[in-house]
Amino acid sequence: MSTPFQIAVCGSIVPDPLQTLEPVVGPSGPSLKNEMMLPAVLDPWAGHALFEAAHLARSTPGSKVWLVSLGPKAKLQQVMMTVAQKVPFELVALDGPASGFTDSFETAAALAAAIAAIPGLDRSRLLVFGGWESASRGAGSTLQMVGERLGIAEQFQGVDRVTVGEDGGLEILERIEGGRHQVSVCAAPPAVLGWATGDLPEPRNNPQIGMANMRAIMPALQRAKATPIPNTGLSFASVSLPKQQRETRIVKDMPAEEIAREIVAWMAEE
Amino acid sequence: METILLLAHTEPDGTLAKPALECLTAALALGGPLTIGLVGARVEAAASQIAGCGAARFLAVTGEAFAQPRYATDTAAAEALCRTAGSSIVVAPSTSRWARALPGVAYRLGGRVDTHATSLAAENGAPAVTRWFYRQRMEAVLSRRERPWVILLDSGCVAPWSGPAGTASVEPVAVAVPETRTTVTGVRAPKADEQTIRPDAKLLFVAGAGWTKKQSDGAVHAAEAETLILGFLRAAQASLGGSKSLVDLSGEGEAVLRFMTHLNQVGQTGSTPRHPKGLSTCCHGEEPHVVGWRFVNQRRAINLDANCGWARGKADVLYVADAFEVMRHVNRLLRA
Repeated sequence: MSTPFQIAVCGSIVPDPLQTLEPVVGPSGPSLKNEMMLPAVLDPWAGHALFEAAHLARSTPGSKVWLVSLGPKAKLQQVMMTVAQKVPFELVALDGPASGFTDSFETAAALAAAIAAIPGLDRSRLLVFGGWESASRGAGSTLQMVGERLGIAEQFQGVDRVTVGEDGGLEILERIEGGRHQVSVCAAPPAVLGWATGDLPEPRNNPQIGMANMRAIMPALQRAKATPIPNTGLSFASVSLPKQQRETRIVKDMPAEEIAREIVAWMAEE
Repeated sequence: METILLLAHTEPDGTLAKPALECLTAALALGGPLTIGLVGARVEAAASQIAGCGAARFLAVTGEAFAQPRYATDTAAAEALCRTAGSSIVVAPSTSRWARALPGVAYRLGGRVDTHATSLAAENGAPAVTRWFYRQRMEAVLSRRERPWVILLDSGCVAPWSGPAGTASVEPVAVAVPETRTTVTGVRAPKADEQTIRPDAKLLFVAGAGWTKKQSDGAVHAAEAETLILGFLRAAQASLGGSKSLVDLSGEGEAVLRFMTHLNQVGQTGSTPRHPKGLSTCCHGEEPHVVGWRFVNQRRAINLDANCGWARGKADVLYVADAFEVMRHVNRLLRA
């Protein structure tokens, strides 16, 4: 029988991908225009990590999942209304910025401290999950530093699948170049896994799970400590939107064969 | 003046791949004294390959334990090279191997890390990094006070270094192989004739969800879509991308293209590949998808909707047509 896992999923919120984003630069550095007004969602790859964590916990009785999230408390509360209906977890909230312009070094320090402070956490059974990159900073560097701060040197990034073997070892598939996966076996936790998309669909909303989660989420949000990220030593010379707007030639009423000829000729151009 | 360390790992044949050579170009352009740090089972071929680059020192961590990408061994090797070199700036290619390991190395060194750099330049005597935020939706130029500053450069942003091979004097750096519970057991790759992701392809072919929807005759033609797309990929040696909506169908049990996986996904929650040309088919070209095209230079699209996103300045040419019909003709012409 498998030994239970204790899974801490690091994941924050990002603006809904359908929103138009515009940078503004203030005295404390860059941010998004009307950032607090933008609808937010759980960071997509962190979401996959959460769903994979819940799946692993469900198939390994006695396991537990925490979502460790650094973001503005009010926005976290909004997003949790939806996320809480997906899978069972306990929230560990930190009240701070979720901006893409925050530094991963300081973010990692805050997340690692929050994980280390989880009451009763058995670090010998700990799996630290998260998205391999966020949809905001997109650095892919936070989880490694969380792992280092927790003393975990078994780390994997771009994970698409984890299979628990009969001996309790974890077979892990990580994305590498050229659409391939590197296959590794990690004999036992603790380990850090930065998830890519995985292979699970997004769970359907389950109001019963939502109600059970929300009982603990609201107190967790009230307890959320203020966690400033000062971006020490980091300065931005500029932040700008790409200017390129193409003059699109719209081709209507051209026979398919002629379009094909034009495409093949274009492909052959150097 | 900043001192520079270029960190590179060797390929299975012992040489350096294109991303490492691109990084060498970027590191040389910074202008400071350059040290090369190599990691691999053996590094003689790699050192000879760039012996004429003008580096002041060549350092290496070698041995079978360092042949395979693995966090524990890669971080130990890179940390030792960084400490020996003592450089203030560490530049490395953004390969899956270094992207996994170097942020942890930056932490161990008390430094900072920036990844996915697209440009590295000296501005007012200090290095500045250009990178994108919010999944390629805005570009920023930043600098840091802390050192060492580890910078991972994305591939395809600068020309690879080329110069005379020669013989370099390589200083070995001893590293105790760290204990690890991780064993790399291999690489899982699609069979050669099913290969759909080709990072070096001249053309990115993107398929959208329209390929699996009902066509003008009221029926779904997923099997024909597969034949057309795979036929095109083989004939053109193109790389395949997919929109999120199409890739998600695979996980939802609907009519699907069987070769399409999340690895093919391009866009907000997928990859941002670099190809000279891109051809989009049956995809609406909305912003979350098109951010994945940021580094595709010439763009054409085939879509039945003349008002789709591609028409609004996202593509150079939009063909308002039935992609099934057009691609049948394209494949016939490519076979001829």
